[in-house]
Amino acid sequence: MPNDPERPRRVTVEPGGPVLVEGPVEVVGDDGTVTTSRRFAAAICTCRRSRTYPWCDTSHRRRVKKGEETS
Amino acid sequence: MTTTMDPRAAATARPLLPEPRGELSGAVVRALRGGDLGPWPATVGDPYGDDLQLALYLLYELHYQGFDGVPDDREWDPALLGARRTLERRFLDALRADVPHDGDAEGALAGLLVEPVGHDENSVSHHLKRDGELWQLREYAALRSLYHLKEADPHAWVIPRLRGRAKAAMVAIEFDEFGGGRPEEIHAQLFADLMTDLGLDTTYGHYLEAAPAEALATVNLMSLFGLHRALRGALVGHFASVEVTSSPGSRRLAEALRRAGAGPAAQRFYDEHVEADAVHEQVVRRDVVGGLLADEPHLEADIAFGVHATGHLEDRLGAHLLRAWRQGRSALRVPLAEPPTTTG
Repeated sequence: MPNDPERPRRVTVEPGGPVLVEGPVEVVGDDGTVTTSRRFAAAICTCRRSRTYPWCDTSHRRRVKKGEETS
Repeated sequence: MTTTMDPRAAATARPLLPEPRGELSGAVVRALRGGDLGPWPATVGDPYGDDLQLALYLLYELHYQGFDGVPDDREWDPALLGARRTLERRFLDALRADVPHDGDAEGALAGLLVEPVGHDENSVSHHLKRDGELWQLREYAALRSLYHLKEADPHAWVIPRLRGRAKAAMVAIEFDEFGGGRPEEIHAQLFADLMTDLGLDTTYGHYLEAAPAEALATVNLMSLFGLHRALRGALVGHFASVEVTSSPGSRRLAEALRRAGAGPAAQRFYDEHVEADAVHEQVVRRDVVGGLLADEPHLEADIAFGVHATGHLEDRLGAHLLRAWRQGRSALRVPLAEPPTTTG
């Protein structure tokens, strides 16, 4: 399990994207609400645009007009 | 451990062999029923057509669950494997000819990391979100069941072919796909629950008969990449492509299901994928693709090929679905039975 003195919990910051935190993890909101993820890693939204906040839902992605490369 | 090796001990609850769709699939069905494969044609026709795709699907299925009445050990029948080789060469050659050869794995994935402004009329999930009707959502789920009821299975074949960072990350994501140790949370099970909500039959392989070539090709692609160690780069590219595109697409499908009044399990499947795949996307790009590139840099072109081939076949399936639906007709080869309880 992560987060013992020998093996600190790893946090990865994605430039322009979420912060990836090794799970399980609890996120405490502004109002004190606690949200839990039991996944091996949780992607925490930093752009505040997520509709599933505090979890990333890829809303940070760049938007392009038609004609540019899209999926 | 004791092993019983009765080659005739095929399970009874296996899918039934479907109707052939031509010479190739006819020969494979005949062979699987116990007959001779017969002379295999020198040219095997349209690489994306119903006949070749069904024949290939049947041969690949021997590596998954098999078919009712077909002995398990036919999986390694040399005649069938030889036939499979000619079909997959034709399929692979067509794919290599039809997709870009940029050899740039990061660039290929970067193209998927942008979202269109507003409505994308060529996207199935955009269509279903804005205009999708319940019968179209049911057809979509029935078709996709061939893929989602074996979700993550062929990707597990790549594990012994990876090392270090790429392997650890791949296994972590697969653990999530397989429910993190809880059978009721296996993603394939969540999809079965969704199907139940939509009044569909959750039996593995049930909608094979209904699936057009375009849907079979998307499943055959991951089997092709998964079964061949030589294509491990392409398998990783395919997996990355699926994980990167899944979150926004899943959100649109969850909204479509909500709007159409589907049940809670139907929404849960896609809600789970929005959240899970936002994580998987980060891990797959950084550690699976990044790890494999660091370990085996010569595989970069194959990773890019896997990304492009996935997009190519998804676009073909999307075009088929939207063409049919815009004409107000079914996109399936066999219409669905009406759901027992909905008014749709």
